Amino acid sequence: MMARTLFPRDLFAELDRLQRGMQQRIDMTPSIRGLGRDGFPAINVGGTPQSVELYAFAPGVDPASLDVQVEKGVLTIAGERKPDTPQPDAKATLHIEERFAGRFRRVVSLPDDVDAAAIEARYRNGVLHISIPRQQAAQPRRIQIQSGDQP
Amino acid sequence: MNDTVAKQAEAAMIPPVDVFEDAAGITLYADLPGVPKDKLDLQLEADTLTIGGEVALDVPEGMDAAHAEVSLSRYRRSFTLSRELDTGKVSAEFNHGVLKLRIPKAEHAQPRKIEIKVA
Repeated sequence: MMARTLFPRDLFAELDRLQRGMQQRIDMTPSIRGLGRDGFPAINVGGTPQSVELYAFAPGVDPASLDVQVEKGVLTIAGERKPDTPQPDAKATLHIEERFAGRFRRVVSLPDDVDAAAIEARYRNGVLHISIPRQQAAQPRRIQIQSGDQP
Repeated sequence: MNDTVAKQAEAAMIPPVDVFEDAAGITLYADLPGVPKDKLDLQLEADTLTIGGEVALDVPEGMDAAHAEVSLSRYRRSFTLSRELDTGKVSAEFNHGVLKLRIPKAEHAQPRKIEIKVA
């Protein structure tokens, strides 16, 4: 589908517009922080009735350089990844350079019902797994129905 | 064989890599976060190097995904090697989800200074 643009011969602009249009249709929940599809680290978030689970895919990071903070219901993951590629003056030719290097910082807003004091973080196989339990009061519980009849 | 074909057909993420070359060989780094050591899959067939792996995360039972930037559970990427590389001497390290491969050049392909004869 070609739209009537001012300069219809600009194929690249047209492709760009089409891509954005498709992306907008795919992203059902536009967030003010963006989706960070190209961001580092990539983040997956899931939830159970008891907890919120966050997985940050940050391979090759020194665990000591990772900084996880929660403030006002916002979780921040920051750190630094040192480059593995050689310095430009070394006698080496760089053929492909795609991996992220440098400082990173990602921000995720948390649901209201989490207990930020009981947050747990673990770094394994290059994935930072953050588990935040939900507050006791917010967890589903079964309510016992008492019978008024006398036995 | 069928297993290999099935693996090839499954959708996979393409891991980002860094590749650089010095006089003695080629070094490759690949990001494979979430892949445990035993799920890493390296294959060398003729002149094709394939790196792959399967993601295994600690997922609590009954978890619903709320937001996923990593939506596939497999990585795969292939490279064609050139003849001067010694595929018999490839060494691999895998740490914190980063794979490091070192592929040395064959003896005869190692650098040597060429004498220029002046007639």
